[in-house]
Parts: sequence; C-alpha cells; structure tokens
Amino acid sequence: MDFTRRETLALGGAAALTFVLPFRASAAADDAIAEFTGGAAIADAGVELTAPEIAENGNTVPIAVSAPGATAVMVLASGNPTPGVATFNFGPLAASQTASTRMRLAGTQDVIAIAKLADGSFARSSKTVKVTIGGCGG
Amino acid sequence: MASGVKPRVKVPKSASAGDAITIKTLISHPMESGQRKDGDGNPIPRSIINRFTCEFNGQSVIDITLEPAISTNPYFEFEATVPEAGEFAFTWYDDDGSVYNDNKAITV
Repeated sequence: MDFTRRETLALGGAAALTFVLPFRASAAADDAIAEFTGGAAIADAGVELTAPEIAENGNTVPIAVSAPGATAVMVLASGNPTPGVATFNFGPLAASQTASTRMRLAGTQDVIAIAKLADGSFARSSKTVKVTIGGCGG
Repeated sequence: MASGVKPRVKVPKSASAGDAITIKTLISHPMESGQRKDGDGNPIPRSIINRFTCEFNGQSVIDITLEPAISTNPYFEFEATVPEAGEFAFTWYDDDGSVYNDNKAITV
C-alpha cells in the first residue's frame, strides 16, 4: 500500500493528537485537585481507595473510599473527558467516613481520591484501573 | 424530565442507640453524561442527578456531589450512626430541577 504525502501527514497528525489528548485530560484533573485543596500540600497516607485492577465494563466500575476522620473525599478519573466523579461530604452522623458507588471510566487510567481531613490537611491515593470496554458511549 | 425514576433505599428496621448501620441506596436514572451522540451525530444533552443527601432527624449524614462519571442508576452505600429513633430523609436533585425523596423510619 502506497502512501501519498498528504495521507502520511494526516496519519502523523492523528498520531500526535492521540499523544496530546491524554495530557490535556490529566491537566484538567490537576486543576480540579488544585481547586479542591486550594494548592495545599497533599500527604500520601490517610485515604484508602478500593477499585478493581481490571474492569471488564467501563460503564459500571465499583469503587469504595475510606478516609477515617475526613470531612470530604473527592474522586477523580484522570483519563475521562471530564475528570470529576463525585465528592462525598460526611456529616456529623456518618458512622465511618466510608462510601462506595459505581462509576464510568472511558479507558485504562488512574483513579484518584483526595481526602480533606478534619485538621484541614489533605491526603491522596490513586489506583490504576485497566478497562476492557470503555464507558463513554462513542 | 427523566422518566421512570424510582428511588430505592435499604435501611434496617431497628437498631440499638449509637449503633452504626449500613445504608444502601439506588435510584433508577439514565444519567445521560452529555458525551454520547444520537443516530444523527447530535450530542445528547446532559441529564444527571447532580446531588444526593441523606439526613437523620435534620442532621446531615452524607452529602454527595455527582458528576457525569457516575454510572446509570446511581448506587451508594455508606454507614450512619443512629442516636435515637427517627427518620432518615433521602433526597436526590436532578439536573432538570426535579427533586426525588424517600423516607425511612427506624426504631431504637
């Protein structure tokens, strides 16, 4: 199969775009984190994120967050078209700062949980989830 | 207005005072993300539940902000403390302004 100059350029452009898009998505996730924490430093311990290593169906990926003593936990999917997933705000009657839900993932990516602890500090945890079939329509 | 929206909540009927109980909630809702396109290539407008709250006798248990990345039929499981007999109030807020409620009483 012969490529004309025009086809080669188009292919190269498409390849460059696929490299640029994930980078833009993670930049959006960083922005969301900065907005949530207000630029404060983030510790590594203090929040636990439970997610499957391999999710066959990206439409319903079960996740659970647990952050003892947290007032709020934000969950982000860095590779989704919009990174936000959910923010859990725990009230005074929450017996434990634990919650689980099901989320959509567009493809294999890192899922990030950021917890705001009672003393105002922040904790972060992330997990890579491999997705067999993406969950964003298409 | 999303059709066929039906909240379902599972709460134990009784508990001891101060006990932690597990609550499971599910609401049937399409959670249209705004990313999908219909047969003609036009984007389908976003229509999701954007907030869910659970209160016990007026005190907050949990308040969740939902984004389009939450799956169809949003499901939540969490734990609550029961200091006295009373009623749990669950509220879901739809993008289109609709509010769905469910209440569950619990005895101590």
